[in-house]
Amino acid sequence: MQDDNIPPAIELRGICKSFGSVRANQNISMSVESGTIHGIVGENGAGKSTLMSILYGFYRADRGDIFINGQMAQIRDSRAAIDAGIGMVHQHFMLVDDFTVLENVVLGAEDGLLLKRSLLKARTLLTRLADEYEMSVDPDAKINDLSVGQQQRVEILKALYRQAEILILDEPTGVLTPSEARHLFRILKGLRDEAKTIILITHKLKEIMEVTDTVSVMRQGQMTATVKTADTNPDELAQLMVGRKVLLRVKDKAPVKAGQVVLEAKNLSMTDGRRLKNVSFSVRQGEILGVAGVAGNGQTELLEVIGGMSEGSGTIRLNGREIELSGGHANARQRRKQGIAHVPEDRRRRALVMDFCAWENMVLGYHGDDLYNFNALFMNNSAIRSDSQKRMKAFDVRPLLPESTGRNFSGGNQQKIVLAREFSRSPKLLIVGQPTRGVDIGAIEFIHQHIIDLRNAGAAILLVSVELEEILSLSDRVIIMFDGQIIGERVTSDTDENELGLLMAGIEGRRE
Amino acid sequence: MSTRIPKWADVVLIPILSLFLAFALSALVVLWIGENPLDALVIIMRGSIGSAYAWGYTLYYATNFIFTGLAVAVAFHAKMFNIGGEGQATLGGLGAALVCLAFGWPHWLSAFPAILIGAAIFGAAWAAIPAYLQARRGSHIVITTIMFNFMAFALLVYLLVHVMKAPNSMAAETRTFPPGTHLPTAHEMLAWFGIAFPKSPPLNVSFLVGLASCLAVWVLIWRTRLGYSIRAFGHSETAAIYAGISPFWVIMISMLISGGLAGLMAVNTVAGEAERLLIDSVQGAGFVGIAVALIGRSHPFGVLLAAFLFGILYQGGVELEFEMPAVSREMIVVIQALVILFTGALDNMVRIPLERFFAQIRRPVG
Amino acid sequence: MDFVTAVQTLDSMMRLSTPLIFACLAGLFSERAGIFDIGLEGKMLASAFFSAAVAALTDSVLLGLIAGLTASMALALVHGVASITFRGNQLISGVAINFFASGMTALIGQNLFKIGGRTPSLGDKGRFLPIDLPFSETLANIPLVGPLYSELISGHTVLVYFSIPTVILSWWILFHTRFGLRLRAVGENPEAVDTAGLSVSAHRYQAVLICGLLCGLAGAYLSTGMAAGFIRDMTAGKGFIALAALIFAKWRPGFALIACLLFGLLEAVAIRFQNIEIAMVGTIPLQLMQALPYILTVIILAGFIGKAIPPKAGGIPYFKER
Repeated sequence: MQDDNIPPAIELRGICKSFGSVRANQNISMSVESGTIHGIVGENGAGKSTLMSILYGFYRADRGDIFINGQMAQIRDSRAAIDAGIGMVHQHFMLVDDFTVLENVVLGAEDGLLLKRSLLKARTLLTRLADEYEMSVDPDAKINDLSVGQQQRVEILKALYRQAEILILDEPTGVLTPSEARHLFRILKGLRDEAKTIILITHKLKEIMEVTDTVSVMRQGQMTATVKTADTNPDELAQLMVGRKVLLRVKDKAPVKAGQVVLEAKNLSMTDGRRLKNVSFSVRQGEILGVAGVAGNGQTELLEVIGGMSEGSGTIRLNGREIELSGGHANARQRRKQGIAHVPEDRRRRALVMDFCAWENMVLGYHGDDLYNFNALFMNNSAIRSDSQKRMKAFDVRPLLPESTGRNFSGGNQQKIVLAREFSRSPKLLIVGQPTRGVDIGAIEFIHQHIIDLRNAGAAILLVSVELEEILSLSDRVIIMFDGQIIGERVTSDTDENELGLLMAGIEGRRE
Repeated sequence: MSTRIPKWADVVLIPILSLFLAFALSALVVLWIGENPLDALVIIMRGSIGSAYAWGYTLYYATNFIFTGLAVAVAFHAKMFNIGGEGQATLGGLGAALVCLAFGWPHWLSAFPAILIGAAIFGAAWAAIPAYLQARRGSHIVITTIMFNFMAFALLVYLLVHVMKAPNSMAAETRTFPPGTHLPTAHEMLAWFGIAFPKSPPLNVSFLVGLASCLAVWVLIWRTRLGYSIRAFGHSETAAIYAGISPFWVIMISMLISGGLAGLMAVNTVAGEAERLLIDSVQGAGFVGIAVALIGRSHPFGVLLAAFLFGILYQGGVELEFEMPAVSREMIVVIQALVILFTGALDNMVRIPLERFFAQIRRPVG
Repeated sequence: MDFVTAVQTLDSMMRLSTPLIFACLAGLFSERAGIFDIGLEGKMLASAFFSAAVAALTDSVLLGLIAGLTASMALALVHGVASITFRGNQLISGVAINFFASGMTALIGQNLFKIGGRTPSLGDKGRFLPIDLPFSETLANIPLVGPLYSELISGHTVLVYFSIPTVILSWWILFHTRFGLRLRAVGENPEAVDTAGLSVSAHRYQAVLICGLLCGLAGAYLSTGMAAGFIRDMTAGKGFIALAALIFAKWRPGFALIACLLFGLLEAVAIRFQNIEIAMVGTIPLQLMQALPYILTVIILAGFIGKAIPPKAGGIPYFKER
């Protein structure tokens, strides 16, 4: 690819970084050729983001050296990284919402003390870059008014404005539709052709195959392999990522014996009417209905309205009885009474009170149940403690310490606490969002098995996930959401990732 | 954050170290004035707990701070910073006064519950508007309660100057309450049991209400469903909504309780001591409550101890000014400020080194 | 109300608004950078005391001013250390600073001068004197324009004349300079500033120190401009009125000026007329006039007249991830 005389754009040697007892990066060495797109894949928590944060000066490595274009570099802070020609597009955009595109682009890279000249210069350069890489954005628009894809372009423009030669993108497609993602990849290839070096961090193998020249795999803080993309395939990469054969389909999933309709939603909208629009569907007894879609297309709102956390309009019937969607009875407490269990998407902010003990978390939402109360005023804490201990044991929560606070448990065990709370009351309907997000491999299987078990026991399950594999392996039927609406419905056995991917992009696929 | 150090260190060690820093700095101030801080300490202790007389005053002040400290603490549990204790107590005093002046109460036993209710309702009402604005309109409760403090004071001045002023008095104050509202003092109550206690200290039956309130708040926070809801909301609003807890009601009820407790404080000063409504019946106790709640870590027992500590400081400060004229009473305000600063705002200055210390001595688990 | 009374009331509005304007701008810089400051009152008080005390001791208004600014900025620094370096609760830190100033000024004042916490009255060299603009006496007799010029415009201290240019300067700095852009960015999204290779802490400290400087001017004006000496707790809630004005103005410099003038006018009217008789309505008590700024601010906060949205990162300590 490159002449041997040209030093690599980036070379890392023996990078180590620990956070307390967690060894996030262990002796990592890698080299990125100049003028290539280099992918870094790995599961959540594999250490990709830590490594890139070290490269961008957010953290300092405990040990190890960084070479930029063959020169040893001391990257103490982001300023040093920028000076070394490194630009980074973070997963969560680093933009000031209240500022215009221009103001965001010049922030930190102004010419002189007064703004006027900087803004003028940025405007000229922006127009040029926009033409060059088809990245047009209105320089005077406020960030608030831009789409996610456009905001990402502003981030790239920011880096280019600072004359970055090396561009790091952290999970750039997580929030994009497939067509936006394709546009991004075109931009990236254009940049590569201009001899820029690009590092792409992702956990999506398809993207790696589609756009990178070289790929490095990380697992549990270590770099397990670096290979030419052309010489590998997704199966091999997946194995390198996980360290063993991945189970793509859940075993022992008995065929569906769907019973009567449990949940029936008609013209369901969120009250503000913008992010969830006139959605209708139904879920039967013993059936898992998957909800596929790119994050931010109304799935969160769907869960919130059904779960009673946001007000909605339209109708929901549970076993034929209508449920109030607004007013005094439209809250999560009432929904639980009606037999709806909810495993929310955001475990840390929604599902658990991180400062509560495990036993207190075990009754969150059910804290008004008779079992846990002496009377209308006083709670029966000892009953809660013993009940929680039982549930924690049944769901193999480790460590089995009801007095330990929520944040002291690992992600997987936090999720088990939530499942123990929500699954073991034999709900009529379970709504569950991103059940395995931020959860280690071992726990994923455990969680999937419990979801299947609950379905086999006759519950109706609504499963929201942005992981297509998860949807395909668990659900019996799939609905696809785009822009707050349901854009298609498929029986899982009759569809595949390609078709669902198209639908998720808002492109209506073939109809049977 | 709190997981990195043992719970006992978090609950006991950090407040004590913070207090120590605050007192060390205060000692430097005393040194700078040219007095010996140790002598000052002796005077403070002797003046506050060295005699029955001193105890009578110390516990009288502590009573004020128990109520205002609990008021701030209850709100803290719901993550509301109620800085309006001063105004709510002012209104509480008004409520107590209105009750006392309403009838010719026959006996204090009949008047007392009414006085308590009157003070609590007025205090709660003054907290209700900021609470409502926070819950429904998102107006920052700190700012609104500050504004309500000033409004309360203006209202009180207006009422005492124009409406409730005693006919023959030059000062802006109401007439003296009828004898049937006289609350028994420690002197009188202890006399029932044949125990002699000095007559002049204003310590009265309100102190017992203060103790009972500590217990009641403890039960409320850790033993009731409402307390569970308040704490869940205080730690995580999003999780509370998920649990079906209404933020509106948690904010309203916790602030009403908070305002009510602040209002009760005035029973001690207005009905218990002055026996008429004065312009300055709160005497800054509303603000002391912030310091008390911070040192007490919002735990009723901690609040009780901290209130006692401030009782010592206030009573001891009076003696100090008497015996060391160079160290005026304002020294207490300075100490109070330093306590708030170190326990409330510079918490991490103590916590971060402690975390390092414990990380060193403890092998990491799991 | 006759013309002369009106002019005199406006004149006193100018004087009463000046400390509010400085303190309000002080809050503007701090809060725009994401540091809430309810300690404006304390910093003003500290400056008022040290200005007057040093002026009394040295008989120099300038040395007094320097001492006042230093004291106020020292407290601002404490607020900075608590809220930036140690990521403490900014509101609690502000409360502590208010008490600290209130206690310390009285304590030191009593210790130094032994007259009940006051400073001695300042002589002419120890305070800012009114400046008579050229021709103010000659023009005084011209109807309308005369009194306006000689009463309202002429005859203020230099700090009063300094106040409105300071508003304009603040606006210009915030919206037309690199520093202002960065400062506002720190208050809206500090992460964006951090990843742009700039120091969040450094910018916040600068903002906090500017806040201290401006509070210092406000305080110095109180004790060496408006009055001739310090009395205990002489700020009497002005720091909170300034805070109210800042919210009223929704954190914008131009509106802040208007809000401060309005609140200054309310105070001027209250002082001049005590209880106001209005036909049909009856008497408006003095206390209502005094409480009006607070009431108006609560109404603004309640969002009944537009929504007061503070800078997004306001009050939140900045942590890097993890």
